[in-house]
Amino acid sequence: MQAYPRWKLWLILTVLVVSAMGTLPNLTTPPSWWPSAVSQPMNLGLDLKGGIHLVIDVNVEKAVEHSVEEDVDTVRRLLRENKIRYSKLDADGSTLIVQIKNDADAAATEGLINKDMSGYTVVAEAGRFTLTITETEAKEIKKFAVDQSIEVIRNRVDALGTTEPVIVKQGERRILVQIPGYEDSARAKSLIGRTAQLEFKLVDEKGDLDKALSGKIPQGDVIVYGKAEDRGGNAVRQPYLLKKRTELSGSEVADARVSIDSRYNEYAVTLKFNNKGARKFDKLTSAHVGERFAIILEGVVQSAPVIRERISGGTAQITGSFTSQDARDLAIVLRAGALPAPVKVVEERSIGPSLGQDSIEQGMNSIIYGCIAVLIFMVVYYRLFGLVANVALIFNMLLIAAAMSMIGSTLTLPGIAGIVLTIGMAVDANVLIFERIREEIRLGKTRLAAIDGGYDKALSTIVDANITTLIAAIVLFQFGTGPVKGFAVTLSVGILASMFTAIMVTRAIVALSIKKKSKKELSI
Amino acid sequence: MQLINPDLKIDFLGKRKLALIFSGALLLLSLGLVAGKGLNFGIDFTGGTLVEVKFTQAPAIADIREALTPVGFGQAIIQEFGAPEEILIRVQNRDASDSSKISTDILDALGVGLGADNVEMRRVEFVGPQVGEELTQAGLLAVLFAMLAILVYVTFRFKLRFAIGADAALLHDITLVVGIFALTGKEFTLPVVAAILTVIGYSLNDTIVVFDRIRENLEANRKRKNPESEVDVVNGSINQTLSRTLMTSLTTLLVVLSLFFFGGEVIHDFAFALIVGIMVGTYSSIYIASPVMLSLEGRFETSDEEMEEMEAKP
Repeated sequence: MQAYPRWKLWLILTVLVVSAMGTLPNLTTPPSWWPSAVSQPMNLGLDLKGGIHLVIDVNVEKAVEHSVEEDVDTVRRLLRENKIRYSKLDADGSTLIVQIKNDADAAATEGLINKDMSGYTVVAEAGRFTLTITETEAKEIKKFAVDQSIEVIRNRVDALGTTEPVIVKQGERRILVQIPGYEDSARAKSLIGRTAQLEFKLVDEKGDLDKALSGKIPQGDVIVYGKAEDRGGNAVRQPYLLKKRTELSGSEVADARVSIDSRYNEYAVTLKFNNKGARKFDKLTSAHVGERFAIILEGVVQSAPVIRERISGGTAQITGSFTSQDARDLAIVLRAGALPAPVKVVEERSIGPSLGQDSIEQGMNSIIYGCIAVLIFMVVYYRLFGLVANVALIFNMLLIAAAMSMIGSTLTLPGIAGIVLTIGMAVDANVLIFERIREEIRLGKTRLAAIDGGYDKALSTIVDANITTLIAAIVLFQFGTGPVKGFAVTLSVGILASMFTAIMVTRAIVALSIKKKSKKELSI
Repeated sequence: MQLINPDLKIDFLGKRKLALIFSGALLLLSLGLVAGKGLNFGIDFTGGTLVEVKFTQAPAIADIREALTPVGFGQAIIQEFGAPEEILIRVQNRDASDSSKISTDILDALGVGLGADNVEMRRVEFVGPQVGEELTQAGLLAVLFAMLAILVYVTFRFKLRFAIGADAALLHDITLVVGIFALTGKEFTLPVVAAILTVIGYSLNDTIVVFDRIRENLEANRKRKNPESEVDVVNGSINQTLSRTLMTSLTTLLVVLSLFFFGGEVIHDFAFALIVGIMVGTYSSIYIASPVMLSLEGRFETSDEEMEEMEAKP
């Protein structure tokens, strides 16, 4: 056997020291001078520390529709400013339809639309203009809707006061929300899931509600329902005939706080408008004294108070027999702003704290017992060489722990399973080598030649066998979700670490401990 | 210590017809079970809600059912999970209403029916119908891609017929693991798919080791004056690697058993799939991969004799 190269020994020693340093923060609190850049304790996945995991789907189509509806106002203003009369102006999904009254205005209308409505393709036909939103524009709106939803959801989750929540985009239209250490899944879902769209509309006092209910809704009006109680105390839907136009919306709210409504002594939410909102509210209340305005939250009329006098302070109050929790959550969502589109929880995986704790214990137990079983087995079967393999195996575990801590990856329950599996598979390389050495000995080679032969001949097999397992692990990582990804990570890290420890480390130990001149038989 | 006497020569390939018939029967049985009885797909694939709760003391299933009836989940699947006081409740998605709120309804109903202080939320999983479809697709794609990637790698490192032999063994393993899940009615979940992918990696690892030895021995055999038949070389290679095959299976089985017994209820089925997979994977690398590879002798590639002939001609 050749003298074992020095540089390899140094490499092994360096890896050992770095791994030990990397693993340390997981075992004990490092001293204050410890460079925190070296490694942090391993991140534990939600399945181990407990918490809420939600995948939210943003209804981006609705965001596009909403944007088209808003553009109806833009077109209306354009036509009015240019004194073009129209008989129809409406949004229908992702298209906007304008029917002008006078054919003579057709050219002017087309010019206006082409100039100001750049996000649309226009088809003109006998005074009827069909504007279809372009694909790039729609894509832009969708992307913006998701990005803005992330912002809004982050504000809301932050209000829960938990540490290190994760709110990230997943794919094109989904948002992953993880709130570690939080248990109240119902509250989290309702807080995140509500659009919090707040609108102020005037009640059409001259319109006939009964007629409207039978189908004859006056032009420019809309029926919106609110909650009420009948005389028996049953919940009923109370219809309101409102002006379609939204006078003020949640985007003009600067702040929202829980307050007590002094008249009924119940919880309420007091809104404070921003400057623009305050001006609008001032104008609205001064022009419509004696009329009612409706406060609509998420499509439901909360209340429709009568404007008794001009309100110039820029504040308004929402009431609706709230509990203290209701009022607090409403204030949170109004402060955080409205979601640009409706959202839906499409996946939830939440873990209670006790299950997480149990999983850590059970996972650690299976690592310990599995490890002990393999260690004993190897020593019994391969004697001294088994001991060498065992040293390599323990080094391997250290390396995995260090790598996980240093790359900042997250340990999950399936990740622990990956480590356990690695224990079994890591000794495979040594089994291959040792079996080969035994064969060489049987062929009558000298002890050193047998060791050399064993290592050399087993190498290509080990590489081939490990690469194929690595392929499976990488595929798993690509296609897997959440916890399954954790399994793929530890399995891959474990395979790579085992190649180093089982080949290089055992070789070094063997090379250093075998005395060349000894005639003793190999203990294998 | 040695498990296998090094002089042992088992005629594995002599019994390959018998083995193929045996495997074929098992495969047919598995496919029949999957087609007939079907798999007990978990909510990862069907969509639905799963709620795991822990009670202060073991409750009666009937009481839980009664508590759930007012909120419309009297038909839920209710089972004990690991311990008598731990209960798993599974329900399907509701049409129309927001299914993500089902878990809240269930937890509230349990609190009302059995006392809020006695019930502790351990785990809530909800998978919407669309996500279920996506996960099914991703799972199938993953298995397909893994097999394809392996076919490419093994073809590159060995020859196409070795690759086909390896993939045949993998298909065999996957089918049998899935078949066992159909037979036992155990829940087929996303972690089980992960286990199957791991089995693919493991079984292949086993097969590659045998193939590597076959390749080495075939090369040595070609240089001999009176070469052995290919069947004998392959059989000899399987025998030579047998003790390693069994050793590695044993150590891996040891750790997986540790996972099965100590790892907790959540990864129980995952560990179960691994146990089955390791056993069939060990079997298939001996009885499926090599025989299939052998039966394809002379196809897909020019044989060594032909190569020599071609080289001999100017």
